[in-house]
Amino acid sequence: MSTPLLRATNLVKEFPVLGTGGLLRRPDTFRAVDDVSFEINAGDTLALVGESGSGKSTTARLAARLLDVTSGTVELDGEDVTGLGRADLRRFRSEVQVVFQDPYSSLNPRHTVERIVTAPLLYQQRSIPGGARAFTRSLMERVGLDPDHSQKYPAQFSGGQAQRIGIARALAVGPRVVVCDEAVSALDVSVQAQVINLLRELQREEGLTYLFIAHDLAVVRQIATRVAVMTQGRIVEEGDRDAVFDAPQHEYTRKLLDAVPRIRPEWERERRRNAALAAGASA
Amino acid sequence: MTLLQVRDLTVTFPTPRGPLDAVRSLDLDLEPGGALGIVGESGSGKSMTSLAIMGLQPRAAQRTGSVRLRDQELVGLSEAELRRVRGDRIAMVFQDPLSSLNPYYTVGLQIEEAYRAHRPGTTRRVARRVAIEALERVHIRDAARRVDHYPHQFSGGMRQRVMIAMALSTEPELLIADEPTTALDVTVQAQILDLLQEIRRETGTGLVLITHDLAVVSEVTDHIVVMKDGVCVERGPVEQIFTDPRHAYTQALLDAVPRIDDEIGALRAVTAGGAGDAAANDKKDGGPA
Repeated sequence: MSTPLLRATNLVKEFPVLGTGGLLRRPDTFRAVDDVSFEINAGDTLALVGESGSGKSTTARLAARLLDVTSGTVELDGEDVTGLGRADLRRFRSEVQVVFQDPYSSLNPRHTVERIVTAPLLYQQRSIPGGARAFTRSLMERVGLDPDHSQKYPAQFSGGQAQRIGIARALAVGPRVVVCDEAVSALDVSVQAQVINLLRELQREEGLTYLFIAHDLAVVRQIATRVAVMTQGRIVEEGDRDAVFDAPQHEYTRKLLDAVPRIRPEWERERRRNAALAAGASA
Repeated sequence: MTLLQVRDLTVTFPTPRGPLDAVRSLDLDLEPGGALGIVGESGSGKSMTSLAIMGLQPRAAQRTGSVRLRDQELVGLSEAELRRVRGDRIAMVFQDPLSSLNPYYTVGLQIEEAYRAHRPGTTRRVARRVAIEALERVHIRDAARRVDHYPHQFSGGMRQRVMIAMALSTEPELLIADEPTTALDVTVQAQILDLLQEIRRETGTGLVLITHDLAVVSEVTDHIVVMKDGVCVERGPVEQIFTDPRHAYTQALLDAVPRIDDEIGALRAVTAGGAGDAAANDKKDGGPA
């Protein structure tokens, strides 16, 4: 077996509880992530699913080195990156990028698209291949945005388009791993479908590896290759996507899947039949 | 008699570029004990519809048309008359229970105040009993003790139960729920949806459920109105909408819903979405599938 591209081993993250510490007393701690381990192979998508407070987002932030671990290790391509300092983190950030939930709050409203998507390269003191304008245009094309809009501001784009800018920024440094933290959760269903399609397409064409954080299990079914179910800071079940969805082993996974509202499958089948008939009749 | 009959409801905002209809010529019908789902994406006008039914549209907006609750016309009522209808015959539950509850008062006091406002002359003691019973009705355990707790002492799902309890304390004929479970975890959502169904069965309260979530309306409601850009593009019994949608937008919306049971090759995107996104999508779809 080859080395997994991203590996997290025994991750623990504790936060101090506000108001519990004193002059001579250490504050109580809350363990948000409790001994979490996972591996992602290159080109795969591991979805971390769970409800609010399950620790999935904190786990993603630890893996992306946006938060420091309390204990445990993060390895990228076999290299321990847990203790990387400032200079080495830059190198790490050109390999691992993050797309956040709310594009408007994670994109600087006073910067143009060009400035936003080239910022990671400037931050890493790398030159911009082909110049900022041409580079931005090609990135915008890759994520399905009109390259003529490179001088516009985030507020001038719809939610789905703004999230494409967030994806473009993540892709700017040519990462191998993209951490998507509820990246499609705030989008309307029609736009969400487009962004999911874009993420799948980018993965297929460029071999990206995703760590995909989501609470929406139907979305996860569409994009994941493997699924890890988290609750109360721990992974309670992990497996291939279809195995987890079709034959969940853990009681919590079953409870979670049962709770998902769904359109009756027989209605869905009938709708497809009717749509096919209508298409046939009009042809 | 029809419980709620809305005819030609239009909500218009003045803008620098001329009047803009947030809701245009909308008709709605709800029988007593029925459940009507209004679905749409952001900007479809679904939430403005719920506000306009209650006369709660923003002051800048102009509302025309007719909203009848049984035999009473609500459009044209004075604010004082409307206040007697709101919270009494029509109650409303919003998405975010925390911002609808006052953090400085116990939930019991808030339910009592709401109740007494609509039942003048009610003694504190009676109102308190009503509050406890209301909390019991939404299955909050240990209601007699919980009634003295503050909103922050409840979880998100429990707060939404408190809101529903408050809404139901006056035994309204109609409950309007605007994205009542959108902020909740999926397991909690399931409990709240069950609760709404149970209330409808047991009390005969009519329900208008406003949501972006097609799976939720498919489970909870019996009739559906699909809105887009302020107008109803399609309406019908739930089974018909989900098995044989006639309007292209409804079809596209249903195609875009991610299914939990199945991976779909490529989710069909709704091309009538944001103009830019639609253009981008067209371009993408032109490539190899």
